[in-house]
Amino acid sequence: MPGVDSTFESTLGSAGDGAPAVEIDGLVKRYGSTTAVDGLSLTCARGAVTAILGPNGAGKTSTIEICEGFRRPDGGTVRVLGLDPADPALRPRLGIMPQTGGVPPAARAGEWLRVVSRFYAHPLDPDALLGLLGLADHRRTPYRRLSGGQQQRLSLAAAVIGRPELVFLDEPTAGLDPQARHACWDLVAALRAAGVSVVLTTHQMDEAEKLSDHVVVIDHGRVVAEGTPASLTGAERQLRFRARPGLDLEELLAALPPGSAAKESPSGHYIIEGQVGPQLLATVTAWCATEGVTTEDLRIERRTLEDVFLELTGRELR
Amino acid sequence: MSTIATLDLTPRPGAAPLHRMVLAQAGAEIRAMLRNGEQLLLTMIIPILLLVGFSTAPLVDVGGGARVDFVAPGILALAVMSTAFTGQAIATGFERRYGVLKRLGATPLSRAGLLLAKTVAVVAVEALQVVVIVAVALALGWSPHGDPLWALPLLLLGTAAFSGLGLLMAGTLRAEATLAGANLVYLVLLGLGGVLFPLDRVPAGVQHVLGLLPISALTSGLRTVLSDGGGFPGGPLLVLLCWTVAALALAARTFRWE
Repeated sequence: MPGVDSTFESTLGSAGDGAPAVEIDGLVKRYGSTTAVDGLSLTCARGAVTAILGPNGAGKTSTIEICEGFRRPDGGTVRVLGLDPADPALRPRLGIMPQTGGVPPAARAGEWLRVVSRFYAHPLDPDALLGLLGLADHRRTPYRRLSGGQQQRLSLAAAVIGRPELVFLDEPTAGLDPQARHACWDLVAALRAAGVSVVLTTHQMDEAEKLSDHVVVIDHGRVVAEGTPASLTGAERQLRFRARPGLDLEELLAALPPGSAAKESPSGHYIIEGQVGPQLLATVTAWCATEGVTTEDLRIERRTLEDVFLELTGRELR
Repeated sequence: MSTIATLDLTPRPGAAPLHRMVLAQAGAEIRAMLRNGEQLLLTMIIPILLLVGFSTAPLVDVGGGARVDFVAPGILALAVMSTAFTGQAIATGFERRYGVLKRLGATPLSRAGLLLAKTVAVVAVEALQVVVIVAVALALGWSPHGDPLWALPLLLLGTAAFSGLGLLMAGTLRAEATLAGANLVYLVLLGLGGVLFPLDRVPAGVQHVLGLLPISALTSGLRTVLSDGGGFPGGPLLVLLCWTVAALALAARTFRWE
């Protein structure tokens, strides 16, 4: 019997202090002939929120499950809080929200969370946590009778109940309604404010843009871009408007300062890039006036993370 | 109104003491077993119905003596098999399927701790079964003869052997295959293991082979101790020990957690 369990806490102070939350170097993971992760390297800082973005099949879940100790890598090194992910000393220090499941279908929400809380030395109060996540009325509801969003929130509660140093959230807001999504965002913000390191995967660009200090875009098992949301979207601004499809952009470009670019994407949606300022705005609206074009939804904005993501990973469906 | 910002999320990690983790998990497993209708049918209702039916109606020629004296030890063995083997195999198979075992692996509860919790839960439910079965059997006029203390090592080693077999099945087969297989094995062993039908009717060669089944060893051991007032049940204990070692060793090698 592992009497060592009770000594985890006493060894905490020395284990991997000062190391990054996650440090991955040259990670490789294969399933048969498929290479899911192909020499991926990234670092997640302590106390920060890192979002891992990527299309389906990019290797996000494989990477995060290796960090969680669920899978072993085929190559490269992974350190979590300075330790091997398989090190049992990590278990009390990590909070994990898997993409799906992990809860017995017949278990009642409140009872299950209470059982999980009993595995930790200084857990949060399960009832208070359920209340804050809007599950107070579902304490006695079996897991299988909870809605998808309620199941996600219960799983999120279990990830933080042990007061971990590092939390892994695999697509925490997939399938959530707007209220539940905001509750999740509030929780991530609160974790960050409390000094907890958070690593999350998501498809939702607004989520990554809003929540994270650091964004890592991965595709085909490699990092294709990383940085702060602002550095990825860049300082460049764009003029966007909607109008009838098929405007003659060559003619518009001729009226604009050199170095400007114009495109229609998708049909009826126009994007003008270049020295975006009052002058350019005036030129575009004047040109539209002479052409008899009515513009709608005209605005100046930065590129979104979604634009960057699509540029990096392509528009192809997979 | 309180908000999420009022939670104290400052990291304060630490594992609970092993005994607290194990008791919490064992409690959850016990609740799950007692709330599951099919499990209760298997572990409580069927054994009691068989006990009452075969003790009161002349369904089988048990030789001399009161029917209940023959049937009760067999039913105790059946109760052990239903909880330690069938119930545990099915429950664990579906826990594996639903990612429950994987999720628990991400908590401070170690795999050894989880197995300990499962053992505590199985033994607790068996204790409940034994109390109910003994009470019903006594009401039916059962008069056990031997030293009931000798029944204890038989019940414990039987539990270990059947748990090993159940986990072997749950850790290697798909959940549906475990469900079907565990029920089938339950029925076959119920029929062939001397639980209700004395083994001395079958040819001697077959009898020897059937006598090596874990259920036959447990049944005959309990019958020797409780009906015939025999002492140390060495033969049955040896058979159960062999099954325990083989099944647990094989399960430990082959068990897949997800």
